[in-house]
Amino acid sequence: MTWLATNWRDVISLMGQHVWLAGLPLVIGLLLALPLGWAARRWRAAYPIVVTTSGLLYTVPSLALFILMPLILGTRILDPINVVAAMTVYTVALLVRSVADGLGSVPESVRAAATAMGYRGVRRFFAVDLPLSVPVLTAGLRVAAVSNVSIVSVASLIGVPQLGHLLTDGYNRAIQGELITGILACVLLALAFDLLIQVIGRALTPWTRTGGASADSGADSAREVAQAVRTAA
Amino acid sequence: MIPAIWAWLTNPANWQGSDGIGARLTEHIGYSVAVVLIAAVVGIPLGLWVGHTGRGRWLVSAANAARAVPTLGLLFALALWVGPHIPGRAAFVVPSIIALVLLAIPPIVAGTYAGVEAVDPAVRDAARGVGMRSLQVLWRVEVPCGLPLIWSGIRSAVLQVIATATIAAYIGLGGLGRFLIDGLASGDYPRTAGGALLVCVLALLADTILAGIERVIVSPGISGRGARRSRGRQSEEMALAPGKPESPRSVVRATSA
Repeated sequence: MTWLATNWRDVISLMGQHVWLAGLPLVIGLLLALPLGWAARRWRAAYPIVVTTSGLLYTVPSLALFILMPLILGTRILDPINVVAAMTVYTVALLVRSVADGLGSVPESVRAAATAMGYRGVRRFFAVDLPLSVPVLTAGLRVAAVSNVSIVSVASLIGVPQLGHLLTDGYNRAIQGELITGILACVLLALAFDLLIQVIGRALTPWTRTGGASADSGADSAREVAQAVRTAA
Repeated sequence: MIPAIWAWLTNPANWQGSDGIGARLTEHIGYSVAVVLIAAVVGIPLGLWVGHTGRGRWLVSAANAARAVPTLGLLFALALWVGPHIPGRAAFVVPSIIALVLLAIPPIVAGTYAGVEAVDPAVRDAARGVGMRSLQVLWRVEVPCGLPLIWSGIRSAVLQVIATATIAAYIGLGGLGRFLIDGLASGDYPRTAGGALLVCVLALLADTILAGIERVIVSPGISGRGARRSRGRQSEEMALAPGKPESPRSVVRATSA
């Protein structure tokens, strides 16, 4: 507690760095995963390729990826870009699957109804398919966010400052207060990300709260279409 | 830079001795196997119990919530608080092993629970209907049916452990992580990157082997491999549906949220 009282400014600034390093890859990763996941649904042959590749990318240990990034990108080892790029790789690997499965969770009847109402191509994707896959996407994003916050702290071993610095420094100098602060700050940040994504997910899917019908139960598809289309309009 | 890394990897002198690549690789595999075995002995019965009885679901939620704890923090905290109480060289190894076991348990519990839980209730009722007892239902129906998810929990745990054992070199564990941590400390990039490549290869190999074992131990009736050949396209469509055994990882990840 006394440690935190004298060092809270540093903690705030490191937390800012951490939010940046964990959050930015989440946004970039989602933007990259959307077209990839869509392609995996669109072309049958692409699905196993996408799933296998993302699985392989996810097997690469974090410290190894941080170290190898300069080799791939041609950056310096201390460049924070390495961390952002590495985290983006993990995020895409996790989310491509969520996007593909989320789009797959949209009932065929809903899609047919939307087509019958005149929704086509890109417009149907953004007005019907994407909103209805938000619950699955949200679940994937929550996992990615929590794991990103934990993995980013490893970057302190290669010297990129964020909350992980409190862990490494606290351990190296045996300052318990600093180590505990670092752990708690990481947990709090992970919970904050998790909560934020849940709130956004709920805000984007108002129909899941009306009449107790959930979008992925597929129980009452006619009403679902009506609601999804109404909220999108 | 790449020739330097290649030179480091192919130099026979780097492969020999107690701190050579061969010894470090053996250490890394040894620690990982030991850790996953301990975690499986704890995690699988727990997951089976929660999934079979439906009691103690908070355990699964707690295991998942524990993932928010940064792995690096857990390692350092254990090294700082447990390490000094252990004599000799074990002071470096034991805290790392405890941390790795603690990290490997949540995915195993979550996967096992999800596997048993996801078994079709009608199948479970049918098993009871033909006269199976509670334990028989568990061993002869729920475990075989839930095996793809149970196994994917173990696969996640193995990857997690291989990755984190690398980081544990920072608090004194042996294994391939030594090349990364010592290489970083001495600014020897070829050694650092060479070690990183070796860790990647180890992780990929481990996952590939586990995927191969999965094909052997999961009944064709569950994995749908037998059916695909005979029914062709139709079963492929089923395989594309989310939550089917073909995509066990997504289910584990979805339930971990």
